[in-house]
Amino acid sequence: MSTAPVTAPDTAAIVSSSGVRGEAPETRRPFRKYFRETGWRHLVGIAATVFALFPLLYVLSASLNPGGTLLTANSLFSDVSGESYLQLFQNPRHPYGAWFMNTLVIGLITSVFTVLLGALAAYSFSRMRFTGRRFSLTALLVVQMFPQMLAMVAIFLIMVTISDIFPAIGLNTQIGLIMVYLGGALGANTYLMYGFFNTVPASIDEAAKIDGAGHARIFFTIILRLVAPILAVVGLLSFIGTSSEFVLASVILIDPHKQTLAVGLYKFVADEFSKNWSVFAAGAVLAAILPVALFLALQKYIVGGLTAGSVK
Amino acid sequence: MTITDPQPPTPPTARQRRASRIADAASGGWGLMLFKVVVLGLILALGLYAALVLARTGQWVVAVIVMAVAALAVWIYFGRGKLPAKYLMPGLVFLFVFQVFAAVYTGYVAFTNYGTGHNSDKQSAVNSLMLSAQERVPDSPAYDLTVVERLGELSFLVTAPDGTVSVGGVERPLEEVDGAQMDGDKAVGLEGYNSLGFAQIVADQQRIADMTVPLSDDPNDGALRTPDGSSAYVYTSALVYDEDASTMTDTRSGVVYSDIGTGAFTASDGTELKPGWKINVGFDNFTRAFTEESIRGPFISVLIWTFVFAFLSVFTCFALGLFLAIVFNDPRMKSKKYYRVIMILPYAFPGFLSALVWAGMMNQEFGFINVVLFGGADIPWLTNEWLAKFSIILVNLWLGFPYMFLICTGALQSIPDDVQEAARVDGASAWQIFRSIKLPLLFVAVAPLLISSFAFNFNNFSLIYMLTGGGPRDVTAGVNVGATDILITMVYKVAFVGSSSDYGLASAFSIIIFILVATISVIAFRRTKALEDLN
Repeated sequence: MSTAPVTAPDTAAIVSSSGVRGEAPETRRPFRKYFRETGWRHLVGIAATVFALFPLLYVLSASLNPGGTLLTANSLFSDVSGESYLQLFQNPRHPYGAWFMNTLVIGLITSVFTVLLGALAAYSFSRMRFTGRRFSLTALLVVQMFPQMLAMVAIFLIMVTISDIFPAIGLNTQIGLIMVYLGGALGANTYLMYGFFNTVPASIDEAAKIDGAGHARIFFTIILRLVAPILAVVGLLSFIGTSSEFVLASVILIDPHKQTLAVGLYKFVADEFSKNWSVFAAGAVLAAILPVALFLALQKYIVGGLTAGSVK
Repeated sequence: MTITDPQPPTPPTARQRRASRIADAASGGWGLMLFKVVVLGLILALGLYAALVLARTGQWVVAVIVMAVAALAVWIYFGRGKLPAKYLMPGLVFLFVFQVFAAVYTGYVAFTNYGTGHNSDKQSAVNSLMLSAQERVPDSPAYDLTVVERLGELSFLVTAPDGTVSVGGVERPLEEVDGAQMDGDKAVGLEGYNSLGFAQIVADQQRIADMTVPLSDDPNDGALRTPDGSSAYVYTSALVYDEDASTMTDTRSGVVYSDIGTGAFTASDGTELKPGWKINVGFDNFTRAFTEESIRGPFISVLIWTFVFAFLSVFTCFALGLFLAIVFNDPRMKSKKYYRVIMILPYAFPGFLSALVWAGMMNQEFGFINVVLFGGADIPWLTNEWLAKFSIILVNLWLGFPYMFLICTGALQSIPDDVQEAARVDGASAWQIFRSIKLPLLFVAVAPLLISSFAFNFNNFSLIYMLTGGGPRDVTAGVNVGATDILITMVYKVAFVGSSSDYGLASAFSIIIFILVATISVIAFRRTKALEDLN
């Protein structure tokens, strides 16, 4: 059931399920029959579409509403301008541009290193046999049961201690936050990657070895290319996960100019809830464009990755 | 989940091992070697620097560990073999520090009274108490002072009225020295230290004014402070510390505060001097969670709501997702692709943003739902206890049904057609086929995902925190909680929101959450495995 949901069922399914038609009561009028069998499904589909889309349309409309408050945002698409988007970048108390860049940078660095660390570990688990291998794999599963979010107090206190000694990587630094995120790099990702690495035939490595390639060259130039799809999935999930992570980011980053979108936009809403609603909406739309686009472009892979374990 | 070996492990023969060694040596050119040397050199240098800094602050254990890890890295990457370690080490270092150690440290903090007012050891608490009660000794003689600096750390070089020259710094009591450079009666320089000029003193004014240099190891002797950077005066504290009796006496009021084992100096009438210090309190935080009246009530209701919320979230999302999956699974239906893309959108939209947007739409006075959909009604979606709970489930349904829809569609399509066909031939109705064949098969496939979805929602921080902030607030509670708080938001609030933090209690809650989630997951996974074996 990996990538099935987004691909249309093949013709075999159509032929085989045609038997259902025989069970439906005989009707002479084609429309009633059509409605009974298929038409009502479209009604459900339209209802679901409205439910799924209307908050998104609402936020889009609110973002285009010039100078809108929460109340004026209610008239959908009555007035369209890009004013809120401009305002977003002009308020020094809410440095949206900085938040955006921070989120991008933290998310990218974290996901690149998450992929790298995870791939290194998965490669060794998949290709090497060593004492303690089974134990380490099980241990990884157990460690995952204590998600980092639960340890937020401890992580905060560790960062406080670190900043007493090495302020450059302690509290209120983005390097510190990235390091914390990398603590969770092995967790679930190793399993996803491990499974995928196993599907790459070992004979490829052996052939390369005979040709004189060392393990480093095999890993970096051959294996990593063959497992590129799973690297993309893990990188993407890690990027999306990191860029919307709130708890640790809010605990570790204190200075508004260092914060991420999740922390910044939350503070923005908490500070001036209904006053600058369309500015917030503009910020939300901009913040959502990248993840949504990535999701839609790569839905096939992501759905596969999701069904293999991780959830939102 | 079970761990399966893809290929049976065959131990390499001696020949193979030799061959791979030769291959290794041949493939790594000098460029790679140079890269390795540079990177490892950097790691070693960083480790050495870190260890030195740590050693200077007295963190010997950590310093040794840092050096050991750096040495281990060098040993692993320069040695032959140890291949698995070469690949595992980078990830494991982060895992150990920020996940394993953090988990263990959570356990440790849960057994302490760590929090606002109890954040250091007893000695620092004594020092900071005495510092806060410091007063200049009336008519005390002035000490001639030169501010000196070594390695970025400031010290006082003082000449006492009797002519003895000594040097000392913050937390480093005065020590007599010989051989200072004298200018008349005043010591102005010392070997190994730089004397600060006037401009530097002005530049560092605040730091110098804040410095207190103890006269001796006994805090009751007082300390030196300087108002101008050129002469120092003796300040003593109004609090007198008696180390043997472990008491603090306030010389102004005569009240005696003694250490009665609660981590703070306490007077006989129960008033505590703050700050106190960190002590181990055993299971106190856990017993407080379950017995102390003002915490137990909110804690139990938060606990119940957490379970109800997690269960209802999974149930509603799964029900709607499955229903839609079945509806859209009809092969004759057209344009399914478009419906599916639209249905992914709520899932693709960042979760914290959706919660904030919904919070705006559900606003009681100005929100879209009340003003437009309900024609100006005044429904307290987020401020009434029960409506807030309902709203959370509704928003979570919006957020979560696409995921369930996707996995149910996948699972439905992977059920082989011949099974259904056989049933149909035997005369089963569509409902019977669904009830007795499709659903059980579907459950086997999605059960692990339902469990992980439950575990996820159990800790679904951003939805609760962004939508209702845990509110409406329960004003009678001894801790900062509201009607829709789940355990994880309660941990966050107890530790980080508001004026006082109780890290110990928050960590205890974390441990309780961990025990609950782990127990449920283990039991549930066992069950589903049994389910799998049946089929």
